Amino acid sequence: MKKTSTERKLKTSTKSSKNREFVIITYLFVAVFIMMMGYFAYFQIFKSEDFINSPYNTRQNTFAEHVVRGEILSSDKKVLAQTIVGEDGSETRYYPYGAMFAHAVGYDSNGKYGVESFGNFSLLRSHAFFLEQVLNGIQDKKNQGDNVVTTLDYSLQETAYNALGGNRGAVVVLEPSTGKILALVSKPDFDPNTIASEWQNIISNTDSENSILVNRVTQGLYPPGSTFKILTTLEYMRENSNYQDYSYECTGNITMEHTEIHCYDNAVHGMENLETSFAKSCNTSYANIGLSLNKKKFAGLCNELLFHKDLPSPYPSNQSSFELNEKSNTDQVTQMAIGQGKTLVTPLHMALITSAIANGGALMRPYVIDHTENYKGVAVKNYKPSAYGNLITKEEAQKLQGFLSKVVSEGTGSKLSGQIYQAAGKTGSAEFSNNKNESHAWFTGYASTKEKGSIAVTVIVENGGAGSTAAVPIAKQIFDSYFSR
Amino acid sequence: MLHLITELSKYTMIILFALYTYQCFSALKRSVDKEEQAEKFRSQVVYMYLFHFNAYAVLYLSMEKNTEIIKFYLMQAVFFAAVQICYGIFYKRASRLVVNNMCMLMCIGFVILTRLSYDYAVKQFQIAVVSMAATLLIPYFISRFKYLKSLTWLYALAGITMLGVVAVLGAVSHGAKLSFSIAGIAVQPSEFIKIIFVFFVASMFYESTEFIQVVKATVIAGLHVIILVLSKDLGAGLIFFIAYMVMLYVATRKLYYFAGGLLCGAVASVAAYYLFNHVRVRVVAWQDPLAVFEREGNQVSNSLFAIGTGGWFGMGLNQGMPNKIPEVKQDFIFSAIAEELGGIFAICLILVCVSCFLMFLNIAMQIKDTFYKLVALGLGTIYGFQILLSVGGDIKFIPSTGVTLPLVSYGGSSLLSTLIIFAVIQGLYLFRERTEGEQGFDRRNKNRNAGKKESVKKKSARRKGGMKSHEENIHGTKVEDFD
Repeated sequence: MKKTSTERKLKTSTKSSKNREFVIITYLFVAVFIMMMGYFAYFQIFKSEDFINSPYNTRQNTFAEHVVRGEILSSDKKVLAQTIVGEDGSETRYYPYGAMFAHAVGYDSNGKYGVESFGNFSLLRSHAFFLEQVLNGIQDKKNQGDNVVTTLDYSLQETAYNALGGNRGAVVVLEPSTGKILALVSKPDFDPNTIASEWQNIISNTDSENSILVNRVTQGLYPPGSTFKILTTLEYMRENSNYQDYSYECTGNITMEHTEIHCYDNAVHGMENLETSFAKSCNTSYANIGLSLNKKKFAGLCNELLFHKDLPSPYPSNQSSFELNEKSNTDQVTQMAIGQGKTLVTPLHMALITSAIANGGALMRPYVIDHTENYKGVAVKNYKPSAYGNLITKEEAQKLQGFLSKVVSEGTGSKLSGQIYQAAGKTGSAEFSNNKNESHAWFTGYASTKEKGSIAVTVIVENGGAGSTAAVPIAKQIFDSYFSR
Repeated sequence: MLHLITELSKYTMIILFALYTYQCFSALKRSVDKEEQAEKFRSQVVYMYLFHFNAYAVLYLSMEKNTEIIKFYLMQAVFFAAVQICYGIFYKRASRLVVNNMCMLMCIGFVILTRLSYDYAVKQFQIAVVSMAATLLIPYFISRFKYLKSLTWLYALAGITMLGVVAVLGAVSHGAKLSFSIAGIAVQPSEFIKIIFVFFVASMFYESTEFIQVVKATVIAGLHVIILVLSKDLGAGLIFFIAYMVMLYVATRKLYYFAGGLLCGAVASVAAYYLFNHVRVRVVAWQDPLAVFEREGNQVSNSLFAIGTGGWFGMGLNQGMPNKIPEVKQDFIFSAIAEELGGIFAICLILVCVSCFLMFLNIAMQIKDTFYKLVALGLGTIYGFQILLSVGGDIKFIPSTGVTLPLVSYGGSSLLSTLIIFAVIQGLYLFRERTEGEQGFDRRNKNRNAGKKESVKKKSARRKGGMKSHEENIHGTKVEDFD
């Protein structure tokens, strides 16, 4: 190119040099045109998915005229949702496991939810062999849509579903190293097979607390109770490099100004350091810690850990919240430190913090669609794990891992000790009404073995009492099921 | 069965248009002699008619088999034939490629407008017929009338007065004072003033490129741009600005004018961002349209839904939901085309526009008269930049500025002004033939015809880069014997 242009210059010097600026302008424009076409291709290949799958995009539904909706499968290829075509051509969406996957898989009538919603585009596209599609076209037959293979683990889901039993509450199981959602249970639930016929009934209950459509994992807002002490501990460690020298004598209660804070079940824990305060979940010690904290920094830490933010979640989620500022009084601060007062979190939020700790501080974006494939099983698109970012530093994660292990080895999570897996976690018993005898039972933690890596589990049992007796056993069943197979 | 026809037509229409697009570039290869070239241009016309037929067949079948559509189709076919014949008889020396592209772009416009709104398509067709008849004489005038160079201040006066009147009196539409009505027809003067503006700048720099002249020209040009920005017509303001900078640079051959001007433009853009809410709105929508879907981002999001869902092969005519995009008939026509006719088709559409742009710059380089050189350059810049703004805004390459896609979008002012630009360019092709004798392609082709039996080896050596040889032509240099 260079050579020819110099030669050209020599031979037609007058005209060529006269047009030099024209050539520059032409190249400039052509370059921008090429960039624009490149961007168009880039958008089609990499970015279009975000827009196609947006719930605002109503175009997808027209596909249903020419495609039979594909199946939703568990990671071990059990069919969780399928469309049955009757002899008259009528289509019925069938969910073989009924309510077990209600909130996880969702529904496809009277609106869409769950995998049915964010997998909608794939379910309604067909990547069947193209000659077959041509043949179907000639016969005016519909093509078979693609299947969506989820990250949901059938046996974990079943275990979690049965373990929660008749209680109201939520269970979520994540794989910290990838963000895969392995199980997601919310109760009370519904049977997606009958949701259309019972729709009027369902929506007549406008009380969001009791609505069976609410996915309590991502939308349920609960006081975190003692599970919040993870954040209080982290803030104390950040403010006091000599946190190991902390000591406190618990007498079962502490009275500050107008408030009395007492330990759960009126226990008296005696002499404690930070680690034992955490392991035994000592409220009076944590009220004491809370008062020593810098309110502004503490609020900052909570915001860094995704309070008042949209969580990375494929399912619609609510924002967790707290109220703490420079003007907060003693009562508000101590309540905040032990996870009571106006602090509200979603179970998914606790699960994300827990998995970040288990994963060395790095949070992976939770996801539920593993890949899509055509109805014959030929892969169409794989979804890869993606990092959200570091919630805390690696050192902080390691310190907290130690604290969470202590809870299992010496504290309120002792039911998880001595297993084939190494478990760690935090219990909570969150008071939600003026009746001090009623509390939601929490557990959030993780377990690992060398061979199978780790999974994180967050459990909340509404009005279940103490976390150690109501929530820990559910987590244990899940860990047992996962690591024993 | 209808679905199958629609589905198959997706592919046949892409293939036809891809072949058409290929010929736009392959016809300009140096290895192609004049007869071959003519043959290729004829084949383009065939592809266009096949595409046109295919598209209207699908539209007829999918739109309740309305016989009106058949009539409308036939009228269009006659119209295109009339344009082709008129140019064939009266303007033999005009660029066939520019004629073909003009027809093809209008054809795509009619097809997609029929799909979007039959009534609008009919209206657009009527405007096209009238405009085409009116502009058919322009090439003749341009190639003969000499006094066009000397109307310098008349151009400036006309431009600024009209823009000023619109800014003051104009109807407020879409947050911008863009148009006023004459006898019930909304006219958007900036569409026409941009042509007059190019003539003004060209005649200024034709007179002289001394510093004082540059200052005068810049003051007048700045006045145009400021009035446009004040009447919130940012897209037009930007087009005027870029056209002026390019013409200034080429006329003065001083790179620092160009660089300095662009720098000022960048500073002004940042200032505009902070000063004007309507600028901020566009930028916000561009950054993350989904995050502000309910408000600013609605239009761009819908455009991207359309383009994304359409994918590479499109949804098929009448199978998508392009009418969900606000302003789809004007500013966002490209998204509708990408949605229903497919991403490949859309890329080809950009390439056809690029081919027009290259033909504009080609004549600018070939012609010797400085005034006409600058006119061709200015019009080419306006056309090319408008494509960038329109398509770029639709695909979120740049913030949306609300600019129409010339010849394709709905809109009388836009259509007429673009037809004038194309006619002026054709006039320049005629002018070159009349005053400067055969040059460029034709000179080359003559030689080629004379020595047609050159060795195959040599021919293949030339063929090695289609684009390269295309560019050689564009430069208008005699590169016969470079190898």
